[in-house]
Amino acid sequence: MWQFFHKLGSPKWFYGIATRLMPWLLVIGTALLMAGIVWGLAFAPKDYLQGDSYRIIFIHVPTAFLAQSAYIMMAVAAVVTLVWRMKLADVFVKAVAPVGLVITFLSLFTGAVWGKPTWGTWWIWDARLTSMLILLFLYGGVIALDRAINDEKSAARAVAVLVLVGVVNIPIIKYSVEWWNTLHQPATFKLTEKPSMPAEMWVPLLLAVLGMYLIFGWLACVRMQTEILAREQKTRWVKDLVMAGRH
Amino acid sequence: MHPIRKKRLTIVLFLLAGIGVAVGLTTYALRQNINLFYDPSQIAAGEAPHDVRIRAGGMVEKGSVVRDPDTLKVRFRVTDFQSSVPVEYTGILPDLFAEGQGVVAMGKLDAGGNFVADQVLAKHDENYMPPEVAESLKKTADGQPVANGAAQSASY
Repeated sequence: MWQFFHKLGSPKWFYGIATRLMPWLLVIGTALLMAGIVWGLAFAPKDYLQGDSYRIIFIHVPTAFLAQSAYIMMAVAAVVTLVWRMKLADVFVKAVAPVGLVITFLSLFTGAVWGKPTWGTWWIWDARLTSMLILLFLYGGVIALDRAINDEKSAARAVAVLVLVGVVNIPIIKYSVEWWNTLHQPATFKLTEKPSMPAEMWVPLLLAVLGMYLIFGWLACVRMQTEILAREQKTRWVKDLVMAGRH
Repeated sequence: MHPIRKKRLTIVLFLLAGIGVAVGLTTYALRQNINLFYDPSQIAAGEAPHDVRIRAGGMVEKGSVVRDPDTLKVRFRVTDFQSSVPVEYTGILPDLFAEGQGVVAMGKLDAGGNFVADQVLAKHDENYMPPEVAESLKKTADGQPVANGAAQSASY
């Protein structure tokens, strides 16, 4: 286990693994996401109350899940950066933050589009929506802080501390709809209970969620590889790699 | 684990616990401000201020909606199955507004205990189902009105 952990710290080793993994992530991820969205938008039954407008759930929920999961992954990487000083963990945080920003924006945007026809408003300052907006700002803050510090090591530590401070927002997002009165409804999916929707709705939703996670994995690999190449450009293996690609 | 790493890990854990406690206490102290709306029970207990813009939320009581035939004025009662508050509103209601559905109204409590709303938003629950299922559920529930009421109070 520790051997794997140490290997994971090697950018060269990760670069190779990522190259082999990426086609699978992209192909399976796209297939699952497409299947989930097409099934959800065209074939799943409509809702008894909201009719067809609930179908945006097939995009809204995957983005909202991923927005929070990506942040949790960044927080784990931040602990690894601070405690073990592993370079690859920092590469991960740096690579994933912009992806998280876009995904969080998408989840807020689809939520607003859904809110207008159902609730009657694009936006309301309830606990769920506000904590999600804070998550968007946290991603923005992580990107800005990283760019503001030129020294790679200081930037890595400062960003890791910011990511960790922000992680308290995650349970707040999750439980906001239970702790306080909100306009947003409570979670349809709970770990301990059956989903509050029939299988012909939650199966396509689950496919879309899985697909979204795999595509996120692919994006993370692409961006981490780019970052690794930029950081390791003076090393032998990167020079060999570039030369090999040239002929 | 290397002693230096152990120390760093301890610092990280203390940092997390500290922030957690700080944020926890802050949100606990601000809980009434974070709550989006007052329940009818809170309004009945006098917790909600008069003549200040507040939100009231709950279920639209069955059989309580009275529409004015000439204007857009509508009156209904919002309930949490313990207390209820009369609401007056002039304007277009959201599509999901219906008796037995959740709403959040924004406005002021007048001296007579009426809630004069200038905005009414619909609140829906986390349950989704095809129309046929909802129809058959309704049929079964009509035979057992008590179970139906209990299910609604749990999910609004």
